Amino acid sequence: MSTNNKLLSGNEAIALGAYHAGIKVAAAYPGTPSTEILENLAEYKDIYAEWSTNEKVAMEVGVGASYGGVRTLVSMKHVGLNVAADPFMAVAITGINGGLVIISADDPGAMSSQNGQDNRHFAKLAKIPMLEPSDSQEAYDMVMAAFDISEQFDTPVLLRTTTRVSHSKTIVETGNNSRKQVEGKVFKYNFRKYVMLPANARARRPLVEERVNKLAGFSETSAFNFVTKGSPELGIITSGMAYQYVKEVFPEASILKLGFSYPMPQELIKEFSSRVKKLVVIEELDPFIEEYVKSLGIEVTGKEFVPIIGELTPDVIEKAGCAMGILSEYPGTDAAYKKPALPGRFPLLCSGCPHSGLYFTLSNIGQRSTIPGRKQREPKLIITGDIGCYTLGALSPLNAMDTCGCMGASIGNAIGMQKAGVGEKVVAIIGDSTFLHSGITGLIDAVYNKAKFTLVILDNRTTAMTGHQEHPGTGKTAQGEDTYAINLEEMVKACGVTDLQVVNAWDLKAIKKALKESLESDELSVIISRGPCAVSVRRGINPSKVDINKCTTCGLCLSIGCSAIAKDGDKVVIDGSLCAGDNCRLCEQVCPVNAIYPDKPGLIGANNE
Amino acid sequence: MNNYSIIIAGVGGQGVILAGNIIGDAAIASGYDVKKTDTIGMAQRGGSVISHLRIAPKIYAPLIGENQADIVLSFEKMEAARCFNFLKPGGIVILNNREMPPLSVGCGIEEYPSDNEILSVLTQKTDKVYLVEGSKKSAAIGNIKVLNIFMLGCLSQFMDIEDKIWRESIIKSLPAKIVAINISAFEAGIQAVKPQ
Ligand SMILES: Cc1ncc(C[n+]2csc(CCOP(=O)(O)OP(=O)(O)O)c2C)c(N)n1
Ligand code: SF4
Ligand code: SF4
Repeated sequence: MSTNNKLLSGNEAIALGAYHAGIKVAAAYPGTPSTEILENLAEYKDIYAEWSTNEKVAMEVGVGASYGGVRTLVSMKHVGLNVAADPFMAVAITGINGGLVIISADDPGAMSSQNGQDNRHFAKLAKIPMLEPSDSQEAYDMVMAAFDISEQFDTPVLLRTTTRVSHSKTIVETGNNSRKQVEGKVFKYNFRKYVMLPANARARRPLVEERVNKLAGFSETSAFNFVTKGSPELGIITSGMAYQYVKEVFPEASILKLGFSYPMPQELIKEFSSRVKKLVVIEELDPFIEEYVKSLGIEVTGKEFVPIIGELTPDVIEKAGCAMGILSEYPGTDAAYKKPALPGRFPLLCSGCPHSGLYFTLSNIGQRSTIPGRKQREPKLIITGDIGCYTLGALSPLNAMDTCGCMGASIGNAIGMQKAGVGEKVVAIIGDSTFLHSGITGLIDAVYNKAKFTLVILDNRTTAMTGHQEHPGTGKTAQGEDTYAINLEEMVKACGVTDLQVVNAWDLKAIKKALKESLESDELSVIISRGPCAVSVRRGINPSKVDINKCTTCGLCLSIGCSAIAKDGDKVVIDGSLCAGDNCRLCEQVCPVNAIYPDKPGLIGANNE
Repeated sequence: MNNYSIIIAGVGGQGVILAGNIIGDAAIASGYDVKKTDTIGMAQRGGSVISHLRIAPKIYAPLIGENQADIVLSFEKMEAARCFNFLKPGGIVILNNREMPPLSVGCGIEEYPSDNEILSVLTQKTDKVYLVEGSKKSAAIGNIKVLNIFMLGCLSQFMDIEDKIWRESIIKSLPAKIVAINISAFEAGIQAVKPQ
């Protein structure tokens, strides 16, 4: 093997492939498992890469750049394509100028998402070609091929990955490839192509059908659709990561691997199925391939046995194979062993997190905290939530969130709740990046329609959840340039909000006062709780300490949910190596008997695992 | 050439991902095919982290199945038991004697399992369990953060990869100013599993 082989994640391979394909523009909004694509592209100084405000804007920027004549990549997570669906559907009809490739990174197991939707349906909906890699090498090869296909057929191309492809590292050979110099095209006035007045849109519809028919022919001969000949007894059609599992679980079978998976190669499928005795489709999530194969009148087995929900694994496929009767007994079973009962290790707000103080206060006002030894009371308040690190405020011991559906929803949901006539003043809670992504339009709606609720914007100056990306409020671009930082106060005021307060995220008194006042006032109020994300704060310096002679073990400090504070037998202790010290001091403010105090500076070194 | 399926387990912030990358690098340099996949939580500190590493002349699936892991390398004591389902009967477990109680334990809702409980789970499948004092040794070397490289030292004794290649991969992956301390940790890891 050549020593130039690199161990790359699917996302790194996509970025490298796009760079080698000669892209000039990339746009994205962060979202697991897609984020690293733009992070990697932003490193190249000879392309323009941006974090867009949201996925719809990213798509529109990408479409504009393509119209403008250059090769362009747009990337997002699966639910991001819901947000971007409008421009996505539009460019499917207008077609492109410079090659346009759209990455949808799906999360079948909903491991870091609100759902596990199958975005292959989007290719069919928009009638555009789709490629599905099953490792980093294919991701690299496919993204390069996708630009050629895009330009050859005047169409955007959807490259659909999944978490396991995006985040697995596998070897990529790039041969002698380097960055291709692609001649930019000029944008030419073309009213019938680019201006989707109804008459023009109707006129282009037949072209879309024509295009998809041509692509179906192309799919027949694409090297990404291939057969590995095996036993004629069993034929398996598969795609994406499932292909790798199938190769391992059924080493004897004949396999048709669909990498160009929309439109599907009809003749190839017919021919393959005619050569095998039993035909099975093994695909992750929906029966996308299976339904197509059935529509050709071919008898096939699949989703009766292969789960329709969640990520596939070799184990899951093995079990399905046994149930189908194409494998003998499932060898991997663990049933014979005593399973350990272990305490869960769930994600939680970091010690010293700027969201903790606000949540602690809200949890108290709402009577929600669940700490053993403290009386559980009837919960009060309705708190509509949103997506970000702060969603963890929904978990024990804080329990301070009642709804969370999709980005930006907290505000619209609060308006609806109030208009539905729920008794108390609703609290909506949203992060800064999420507010800029899709909260602003909700706030404008609230002002316009005279809604009355409390909006809390948790301004931690970053997009923390997805790994700390810049956003329009941070003053830095994706490529590290200084830029204008949106001023949230001015923005909120400009929307027409008059009751606005800004509080320090670690000042519990101020937070409590602001929340109380706003809950009592009969208007739309906004509280901005401000404090930078503490993920990279050095811990263990001048930490807080508990005076065991004063501590009554009331448990109030435990209800902050800080991972540095723990009950050890009948004492409460603070793990100095985890405490954020001067950057926090929440527990000190919480303790009713002043038993918590700052330890001497510099006592504990940088014991920061 | 051999086949290795390795699970690396730990807690966010312990350097599990970097350790896996270094192993992958060393395996490629030794001519192997490598696939690596991580199950990580979110940006915050403190969640469970599991890395799957597969090393062989040719690999398809990056994920390791139940009862398929030759080696479980655990940076935290209880996390080894969490990965028990992956462990191959007769496989090797290297486990750092460091307890990091999760919040539910800190709040008094759940209890951290005893050494006995953890070991009795693991020994159902194997008697090759190596309990090492990685965190203590790392602190003695000068920085608890070198734990991940200490653990690589332990692992290196169970893989057919040349010592020189291990060292090169470590040096390549770290900033120059912390190489020396990490090489000491690597060597301490080797000593920790050597028969006395
Ligand atoms: C449509 C959509 N795009 C992206 C994501 C991924 N995502 C979840 S929360 C979030 C941003 C969180 O940032 P912020 O609101 O500032 O909160 P923080 O995590 O910093 O507390 C992102 C990008 C998503 N869930 N849905
Ligand atoms: S990453 Fe930042 S915002 Fe997220 S929990 Fe940690 S400190 Fe809070
Ligand atoms: S000051 Fe208190 S609440 Fe803040 S990090 Fe330290 S122990 Fe946790």
